[in-house]
Amino acid sequence: MGAYLLRRLGYMLVTLLVIATATFFLMKMLPGTPFNNDRLNDQQLANMNAKYGLDQPVAIQYLKYMSNLVQGDLGDSYKYVGRSVTEVISERIGPSALIGFQALIVGTLVGLALGVTSALRHNSLLDYTSVTLAVLGMSIPSFIFAALLQYYVGLKWGLLPPALWKGYEYTILPTLALSVTVIATVARFIRTEMLDVINQDYVMTAQAKGLNQRKVIIRHVLRNALIPVVTMLGPLAVNIMTGTLVIEKIFSVPGLGEQFSLSVIVNDYSVIMGITLFYSFLFIFMVFIVDILYGLLDPRINLRGGSQKG
Amino acid sequence: MKKRKSFLAFTLMAALAVTGCNFNSGESSSQSPEPNNNGGTTTEQPSSGKKVLQVFNTDEIPSLDSAHVHETVSFTVLNNTMDGLYRRDQNGQPYLAIAEKHDVSADNLVHTFTIRENAKWSDGSPVTAKDFEFSWKKVFKEAGHYSFMFETLAVKNAVAIEKGEKQPDELGVKALDDRTLEVTLENPNPLLNQLLSFPTFYPQKQEFVESKGDKYGLEYDNMLYNGPFMLTDWKHDQGWTYTKNPNYWDAGKVKLDQIDGYVVKDAPARLTLFEAGQLDRIELDSSYVDQFKDDPRFHIIETPTIYFIRFNHEHPVLKNKNIRKAISMAWDKKGLTDVILNDGSSPLNGLVPKRFATDASGKDFREFNGDLQQGSLEDAKKLWEQGLKESGVTEVKLGVNAADTDRSKKIGEYLKNQLEKNLPGLTLELKNVPSNQRLEIEKAITYDLSLGTWGPDYADPMTYIDMWVTGGSANRMKYSNPKYDELVQQAKLNTDLESRFKQMVELEKILIEEDVAIAPMYQEGLAILQKEYVKDFVYLPTAPTNNYLWVDIVK
Repeated sequence: MGAYLLRRLGYMLVTLLVIATATFFLMKMLPGTPFNNDRLNDQQLANMNAKYGLDQPVAIQYLKYMSNLVQGDLGDSYKYVGRSVTEVISERIGPSALIGFQALIVGTLVGLALGVTSALRHNSLLDYTSVTLAVLGMSIPSFIFAALLQYYVGLKWGLLPPALWKGYEYTILPTLALSVTVIATVARFIRTEMLDVINQDYVMTAQAKGLNQRKVIIRHVLRNALIPVVTMLGPLAVNIMTGTLVIEKIFSVPGLGEQFSLSVIVNDYSVIMGITLFYSFLFIFMVFIVDILYGLLDPRINLRGGSQKG
Repeated sequence: MKKRKSFLAFTLMAALAVTGCNFNSGESSSQSPEPNNNGGTTTEQPSSGKKVLQVFNTDEIPSLDSAHVHETVSFTVLNNTMDGLYRRDQNGQPYLAIAEKHDVSADNLVHTFTIRENAKWSDGSPVTAKDFEFSWKKVFKEAGHYSFMFETLAVKNAVAIEKGEKQPDELGVKALDDRTLEVTLENPNPLLNQLLSFPTFYPQKQEFVESKGDKYGLEYDNMLYNGPFMLTDWKHDQGWTYTKNPNYWDAGKVKLDQIDGYVVKDAPARLTLFEAGQLDRIELDSSYVDQFKDDPRFHIIETPTIYFIRFNHEHPVLKNKNIRKAISMAWDKKGLTDVILNDGSSPLNGLVPKRFATDASGKDFREFNGDLQQGSLEDAKKLWEQGLKESGVTEVKLGVNAADTDRSKKIGEYLKNQLEKNLPGLTLELKNVPSNQRLEIEKAITYDLSLGTWGPDYADPMTYIDMWVTGGSANRMKYSNPKYDELVQQAKLNTDLESRFKQMVELEKILIEEDVAIAPMYQEGLAILQKEYVKDFVYLPTAPTNNYLWVDIVK
C-alpha cells in the first residue's frame, strides 16, 4: 500500500508539471498582454513589459515561473496590482466551497432517495415521476432554476435574500440552485446501477437465503451500486466546490467561479496559471481519493495490485 | 443504512478536507457580516435615521494605489475618497480643492499651488506638498498604467522619463515647503486645472505608504483618505462601505453618512436587488428599457462614449474617399440606435459627441459643424459607383473587425444587412474576436473595417481630436494629414480658449468631412433606474463618472 501511494504521488506531480507547462505555453498564445488598455502608447507598454519581465523570451519566462512555482510562489496578479495569486484564490474559494459542499450534500441525499425509491418501485408512477424530474434537472440549465428561485423565493415572496453575500441565509438559494444538477445526476446513476445490480445472481441468492429485503438492498444492492456513483461524485465535487460561473454571478457570490474566466479575458497570466493548477491539483487528488474509496466499498478491488494497471 | 452512509459521509468529508483551510475562512467571512450586519433580515435601509446610499459596483477593486489604478471601479472609489489639487463640481468644472491658491507664472509654465491649511488625511495629519511630489514620481518609478496622463498634462520631463532618458526624480514637480507645490510644464496647457482633478494626480503620504510596504491600497485600512468619504470596510469581490470622512476639509458639503457598495456583476440581479430595495441606483439593460421607460425612476443619460468605424486607409479600395463616404452614408443610424440598441444611444454625425463641450457662450460643439457626412441614400449610391469606377473594381469584399460582445455582434449584423442591400457589389464578412484580439488587430492594421469606441480622458474635444495625429497610439489606421497634425499642435498650445475652440471645430471638419478618416456611428446612452429619494447624484461625462459628494437621501 505504501509503495502504491508513493507511486501515485509521483504520477500526480508529473501530471501537474505537464499541465503547468501546457497551460503556460497555451496562455502565451493568447492575443494581447495583461496591459490591454487602448490608451497606452508603445513606449509605456514597453516600460511595463520590462518591469514585469514580459519582454524576455517565453522560454526564460517559463523557467522563471517554474522555479518560483517549485518554491511555492504563484506570483502576483496583474489585474489586482500587488495582490498575490494565493491571496486571490484563498479569498474566493471559501464561498464557492461552502455553497458547493452544501449543494453536494443536499443533492446527494435527495438524489439517493429519489434513485433508490425509483429503482425499488421500478415502472411505477413514482419511478416515472422521479425519472422525469431527473431528466428535467439534467436538461434545464441551472441558471434557469437560479433565476426562478431568485425571482419567486427572493423577490416575490421575500422568503430569502435574492442575492449578495452578507450572512448564512444568503447561501441557501445558490445552494438550492446548484444542487439541482447533483440531484438529477445522482438519482439517475443510482437508479440505473441499482436496477442493474438487483437482477444479479448474488442478489437472488441473498433473497433465496431468506435475508430480509432491507438487508439485501442495503448490504448487497446499494453497496455495489455505489461504486460508479463514487467515481462520478469525486470529479463532480471538485467541479461544484471550486465555483460555478453562472450561479455565482446571478447570486453575487464572491467566489472563484467567475475569477477564472475573467482572468483569461484580461490576460492575467499569473492568475490563469494559479487557478488552473489549483483546479488540476484538486481534480487529481480527488481521483486519488476515489481510488482509495473503491477499496473500502469493494474489497475485490485490490490497491496493492496497482502495478497491473499501470 | 447508517453504517453505509458513513462511506458517503467520508467521501464528502474528504472533499471538504481538500479545500479545508480555505473553507473555514470562507465560512467565517460569510458569517461575520459586520459592520453592516443586518441581523439576518433582508430589509434594506438601516433604520437609525442615517443617510445611506446603496450602489452596485461592476467588479472588485483591483487596487486603491493611485499610482497603479487604471479602470472604472478603482477610479470611482478613489474619486469619492480622495481629493486632488482641484476637484470637479456638479457641472464638471474644476474648482480648487486641496490647494487653496494657484499662482501662474507669466509664461504659463510654472504653477505654484498653496495647500489648504485644513486639508487633512483621515488619520488627522496634514496633507502636504510633499505628498503630491511623492505620489507623482511614484507613478514613473513603478511604471503605473496612467503615466501617460503626465504627458497629457505636459509636466516637464514626463516624456523623457518615459523614454528612459531622464530619472523619475527629474519630473517637473517640487515641494518648496510643506504647503507649497511647484509644478513646471513643458508648454502652456489650457486644460491643466481640469486634468489635475484626475485620480493619477492624487497625493500619497510617504511615511504611511512605506509603512504598509507592498500592501498599500489593498485593504481599506492600508489606505489614508483625504476626500469626502473613507472606506471603513472592504470584503473582496463582495463589497465595501464608505463612511463620511470627518477630517475632510469640505465636510460641510457631505450629506450622506454612509454608502454601501456591493459587487453585483449580473445585470438582471441588479434589477432584482433594486426592486428588493437593496440598491438605490442601477444601470438598466436595454432589454428592460421598454418595460420601464414610463417609470418615474427611469432616466436616460447621454454619455460621451462614441462608436465609430475605422477604415484601413491602405486598403486598395478603401483608400478611395468616395468609397469611405458611401459606406458611412448608406445606412440608417437611427434604426440602429432606436430599434437595435434601444438604450438611449443616439446617432453621431461628427467626431465630438453632443452635450460634451461648449464654447464660452454655452453653444454646443456639435452645433458648429452640424451633421457631417450626411446625404441621401441616392447620394451614397452615386459616390459608391463613382468610387468603384475610380478603383477599377465592380465588387469588393471587406472584413469587419469587432469584439465578440453581444452589442458588437448586433451592430455588425445590422451594418452588414444595411450596407450589402444599399451598396451593390459590397460584401461584409463579420469577424468577431475577443476584445484583446480586436485591439491587437487594430494595432497591426490588418483589418479592412474595424468597429471602434472611445471614451474621453478629460472633458475637452481635444481628447477625441488628438487621437488621429500621425503615429498617435489611438490612430491605428495609418491616417496621416500633415495639415491636421500641425493644427492639432497649435490648438494644444493655444491658451486663448476662444480661438482654440475654433481650431478644434476646424479640425473636426477636416477629419470627418474633408478626409472621411472615420465613419461615426453613434453616441452611447445609459439607461438608469434611480430611487426617487436619491437626490443630486452627479454623473459626470468623463471618468470618474460617479460622484457621491453631493448626494442626499430625502425620504
